[in-house]
Amino acid sequence: MEFIQNNLTYILSGISVGGQYALIAIGYTMVYGILRLINFAHGDVFMIAGLMMVYLSTWVPLYISIPLVIILTVLLGFLIERVAYKPLRSAPRMSIMISAIGVSYLLQNCALYFTGGLAKIYPQLPWLSNTVTIWGATTKIVTLVTPIITIVLVVLLVLLIKYTKVGMAMRAVSRDFETSQLMGIKINTVISVTFVIGSFLAAGGSLLYFTNYASVTPTSGAMPGLKCFVAAVFGGIGSIPGAVIGAFIIGICENIIKGLGWTTFSDAFTFALLIIILLVKPTGLFGEKSTDKV
Amino acid sequence: MEAAKKKEVLFTVLAIAALLIVLIVLEQVLPTTHILFTVLRKGAIYALVAVSMNLLNGFTGLFSLGQAGFMLIGAYTYAIFTMPTAVKLSDSVYKYYDCAIHFDMPLIPALLCAGIAAAIFAALIGLPVLRLKSDYLAIATLGFAEIMRAIFQWDTLGPVTNGANVLRKYIDLTSIKLPFSDKPFPPTLFVFLVAGICIAVIMLLINSSYGRAFKAIRDDEIAAEAMGINLFKHKEMSFVISSFFAGIGGALLAMFQYTVQAAQFKSAMTYEILLIVVIGGIGSVTGSCISSFLFIACSEWWLRFLDEAKYNLPGMNILRSGFRKVVFSVIIMVIVLFFSKGIMGDRELSWKRIGAFFKDPFGLKRKKKLAAEAEVSGNG
Repeated sequence: MEFIQNNLTYILSGISVGGQYALIAIGYTMVYGILRLINFAHGDVFMIAGLMMVYLSTWVPLYISIPLVIILTVLLGFLIERVAYKPLRSAPRMSIMISAIGVSYLLQNCALYFTGGLAKIYPQLPWLSNTVTIWGATTKIVTLVTPIITIVLVVLLVLLIKYTKVGMAMRAVSRDFETSQLMGIKINTVISVTFVIGSFLAAGGSLLYFTNYASVTPTSGAMPGLKCFVAAVFGGIGSIPGAVIGAFIIGICENIIKGLGWTTFSDAFTFALLIIILLVKPTGLFGEKSTDKV
Repeated sequence: MEAAKKKEVLFTVLAIAALLIVLIVLEQVLPTTHILFTVLRKGAIYALVAVSMNLLNGFTGLFSLGQAGFMLIGAYTYAIFTMPTAVKLSDSVYKYYDCAIHFDMPLIPALLCAGIAAAIFAALIGLPVLRLKSDYLAIATLGFAEIMRAIFQWDTLGPVTNGANVLRKYIDLTSIKLPFSDKPFPPTLFVFLVAGICIAVIMLLINSSYGRAFKAIRDDEIAAEAMGINLFKHKEMSFVISSFFAGIGGALLAMFQYTVQAAQFKSAMTYEILLIVVIGGIGSVTGSCISSFLFIACSEWWLRFLDEAKYNLPGMNILRSGFRKVVFSVIIMVIVLFFSKGIMGDRELSWKRIGAFFKDPFGLKRKKKLAAEAEVSGNG
């Protein structure tokens, strides 16, 4: 109990970061589930969403800029899929992955060009940026709101996948690409919807994440991106609840490690966790078993 | 057949000798600060690392993204081992720590040590990690590189690695001496010699029976195993050898840069090397070498005018710092999307092919042949 009391700030920010990671990790896990592709560009889409918010909020009031950022991010995700991944659908998997790395490189360099490499100050969102004190720990409201938003969005998403036609199509495509095509599912539409949902959640995640961190740089998407992929693998890639639980575990552990004064290792810990889980349970916590066919 | 082969070897030796002579002449003629030397040196270093990555990705079919981590180990080992003991004991580099290593060694042994250190780490990490398949292996090795970066910046290891601070004042490219004299060794020539020897060794390995086993594993693991190839042994071997040369590449990079800091060995570095491998052609050593020089020349030299505002047309403000990289990444995307086989595909450069190219550069014959090839592959 005393441990929790002393580390409440870290645990709270861990839960909040975990929620933000969860929103990004879902994008990874859904794309991987369907295309078997590590979408290396996803972390950079998240970063671009942050940058767009920085620029748009100087032009238009927040109640316009927030929806606009979400719409533009969704468009960006959609475009990336159409331009960089769709032409390679029948190519070897490695080519698509390299295309994803290329897109990530392009987005980072574009961001570098527009920002001039300087860290941009993220706008203060009203109410969300206010500070509150609970049980002696001072934190921003966004920290408390994030887990709630995350859980609401995840429940909605799970409902969407379980009970709607698109969701059913998604499940079918992730099971078997070719058969679902034979069943009359328009694969390209389903894949586009996946990217749209992923980018939407990334935009939401970026709003919450950068409100907490206050500044955006061209490389600020890379590390969260990798960590969220790790979270997705940890929970079992392709499984949405798995990705969420993985993200929360990683977010909390990372912050507790920071609290213990091992900040250098907070990133390394995530990857150590990844290597361990891959060795002990290669399919992750909730992953499905796959069998090799000769 | 035998005579033709001899002729080819002779040509190759002559070409290499000519290249080295050109390098020596260039180093005498041009000012040492000319950008050409930066491109040549960095290009040769990246060529070595790209070839070592190609050995894994292209020839053994192991999709590993740990190259930056092994370069980091190599660079640090080299820098720490060649830094003179007097410098280590003084305050000039190890400001906040007392250096725990009280010896230094000459250049060549230190280079070997850099490779061996990387190889030892590779052997250890390979034991568990090489059981993983494709994407999982990629992400695990990427994670390993990140862990290495954190460990090298760790305070507790400060007496060895100088924490997160830079290492400098070790033997860099300009402080190499010709044997038995005080004259400086031509730096670009040195990089080319070391990288060239390493690449030659990798090529010999690829053409040996081990290399054929690697290719068999790449093409079909299960079939290879059925043919009696010990999967794990060969994968581990490929991984260790690749890392050994990545370590030497890292040491050369340290020599080239004059300073080393763990923070620069990010995953972005691995991605760059992977892009070089892909642009050159996965499974082609000569392709990796060519594309590495093109990649470095493009990113460091040829596109540099895009960064300068003075070339702007009136009324435009597009050209400014950073635009070069945007254009460069667009070029890369175009190559990845439309020329996914890269410059060489999985073939190697040979005199026969060069001869054929000069007899019929982009001519009708080639197009006809390509059409015929497409037909054959379409049938297959």
